[in-house]
Amino acid sequence: MRLRKEAVDMIKEICSRYKDEPSPLMLVLSDVQKEYGYIPLEVQEIISQELDVPVSDIYGVVTFYSFFSLTPKGRYVIGVCIGTACYVKGGQNVLDKFGELLKIKPGQTTEDGLFTLDGLRCIGACGIAPAISINGKVYPKVKLSDIPKIIDEYRNKEME
Amino acid sequence: MKKIQIYIENKPYLVDEGLTILEACKVCGFNIPSLCTFKKGECSLASCRVCLVHVEGERRLVPSCAYPIRDGMKISISDPKAVIARRTSVELLLSNHHYNCQACRKNGQCELLEVARRVGARPEQYVGEKTITTLDELAPALVRDTSKCILCGRCVEACKNAQGIGILGFENRGFNTIVSPAQNRSFNNVPCIQCGQCTLVCPTGALMEHSEIEKLDKAFQEGKYVIVQTAPAVRAALAEEFGEPIGTNATGKMVAALKRLGFYRVFDTNFGADLTIVEEATEFIQRVVSHRPGPMITSCSPGWINYIEYYYPELIDHLSSCKSPHEMMGAIIKSYYAEKHNIDRSQICVVSIMPCVAKKFEKERSQNAVDGIADVDVVLTTRELAQLIKRSGIMWKKLPNEEFDDDLIGKYSGAGVIFGVTGGVMEAALRTAYHMLTNQEMEPIEFTPCRGLEGIKEASLTINGSRYNVAMCSGMKNAKVILEQIKNGTCEYDFVEVMGCPGGCVNGGGQPYVTPLFLPNEDDNILETYVAKRANVLYEEDKNKAIRRSHLNPDIIELYKSYLGEYGSPKAHKLLHTSYNKNRDKYPD
Repeated sequence: MRLRKEAVDMIKEICSRYKDEPSPLMLVLSDVQKEYGYIPLEVQEIISQELDVPVSDIYGVVTFYSFFSLTPKGRYVIGVCIGTACYVKGGQNVLDKFGELLKIKPGQTTEDGLFTLDGLRCIGACGIAPAISINGKVYPKVKLSDIPKIIDEYRNKEME
Repeated sequence: MKKIQIYIENKPYLVDEGLTILEACKVCGFNIPSLCTFKKGECSLASCRVCLVHVEGERRLVPSCAYPIRDGMKISISDPKAVIARRTSVELLLSNHHYNCQACRKNGQCELLEVARRVGARPEQYVGEKTITTLDELAPALVRDTSKCILCGRCVEACKNAQGIGILGFENRGFNTIVSPAQNRSFNNVPCIQCGQCTLVCPTGALMEHSEIEKLDKAFQEGKYVIVQTAPAVRAALAEEFGEPIGTNATGKMVAALKRLGFYRVFDTNFGADLTIVEEATEFIQRVVSHRPGPMITSCSPGWINYIEYYYPELIDHLSSCKSPHEMMGAIIKSYYAEKHNIDRSQICVVSIMPCVAKKFEKERSQNAVDGIADVDVVLTTRELAQLIKRSGIMWKKLPNEEFDDDLIGKYSGAGVIFGVTGGVMEAALRTAYHMLTNQEMEPIEFTPCRGLEGIKEASLTINGSRYNVAMCSGMKNAKVILEQIKNGTCEYDFVEVMGCPGGCVNGGGQPYVTPLFLPNEDDNILETYVAKRANVLYEEDKNKAIRRSHLNPDIIELYKSYLGEYGSPKAHKLLHTSYNKNRDKYPD
């Protein structure tokens, strides 16, 4: 796959933001993830050239942190917490239910590109377990019966 | 250096300040098992947790490889908790390791197995799920089997620090962690130069050369004329595989062993090296005369060729077009030699014994063939040759010293011998270039500025009133420095020699492993000295040769007189020169 020139310029611009940092890799990857949406190998090659860091190092960091993604994420990223408190309160069932309704596994994106499903390890909302977060918006004490409504909420948003 | 006092098992010792516990204990006569530390300053990830010791006052056991000593420190290796912890560490490593030791080619030289024995690890103490594994056998030079990997990180450090490339890295996290090139690709589909330096440090069978012994067996079965040639650096290290001290010259015994293995002819790649020198020196002079932009760079090292193709394709025109010596040798065996003896060239199998794994890749290049027939058919490493000798029941100590076959292309000069060490190609080339430019012989014959194991060496000499600046470097980290100079126009060299592995071929990726654990009679600092010891073998052999200049090798003179014509003739170009790929895709889809 070849990247378009705009994409290449965008990645280079992000790299240049942190050229004075002693260890810019995480900062660059974080911005690329947010602005480009994902970090495939082609993008890593450009970052490698710009920062003079081996591709294998970058690939290692990208696959280490679940925040970074090798494939495009959906418009809405559903993060289901399966940290200890949420897990005890049924977080795993919530995750499974989302998977069943969206027909994807954790880490995958729906075919229409609308939803990505992720399992998260504690989002610091143990008091309202089981919790989920969709593009940063947190839903407390999620019941399995709430889930179709939550999905529809976003589907309807798209329709409008 | 300031000395400080430490106590090991309550006995006092005076040692240099600044050492780690592991290093200090070694000085005092205690060898703590460890699987991740290797050379000083390299591989200090403290990842294997096998070297745990007790230090008085510390709440926990400490990894001795990463813990500096301090004055008055009281260390115990035999502390019962430390003994059990070291054993547990190894047992846990084994729990995620593919046990098929009897079929593993690393058996006998496996550090994991040896350390497991030393710490008394019990079999299958922890049994459970294992990490999903990858077996990469696509690359001609290297095999990666993650089922054997213990994630020590030595190879990651070697690729990054020794070569400055960084193909290998840790991927994923936790239980799913593997060491691999990006995307868990094959070495063939990433810009890996296939030098094999990673195989020299791997403590298990996870990274090894791609064995071609079966290919050789097949050639014998088919009744081919199996002709073998040996690179200079092989003789400097082969004896190590049979328990002899590092730095033993094995030329005579190696030849004797090869003859007992049934090869039709046993030749020395040094003849090919002599041929390379006369062609390369001719090319150098032509370049100087025609004022082509300098420097010219040598092309003998296939790892280096991979490097420049992947990372500096815009500088490829600086490369000499000469094939590497064993490829030249192969081309001559399948043309000149075959014709003189009336042998059908398709019935010849040329086997190269090399200190190198990248040569396995090089022989597959379509540019290294004449009229569709590859110059070289099989490449075996020094390690594979040792395996072959052991398999055949040949007793090393009973081997006499024998001579290479003296048959048309059997003679070699001292200049060819020193090809195996950094600076050697340059020294050999200068001996001949001097003659070509002046019609006189360079005296003294030894050109010492070329010698030594520094990463980059410089020299200059004046011939016929013209001053020539030359440089020699080994290891890609150092080559990069010179390539950057060429790129930004600050390079003042006329001729540059590059060897892919640090120290040159004597330290090639196919050479015997130098594992202190298995070398109780070598010095403590053997990892710092072994390259020089091997290099010395070659310089000694050069010193003792009657003919030490490539252009005076009588077989070379005869080859040109009766077959090739002059140096650099069209026929020589057809057989002995190659071309390079400027458009190599780093990460092919």
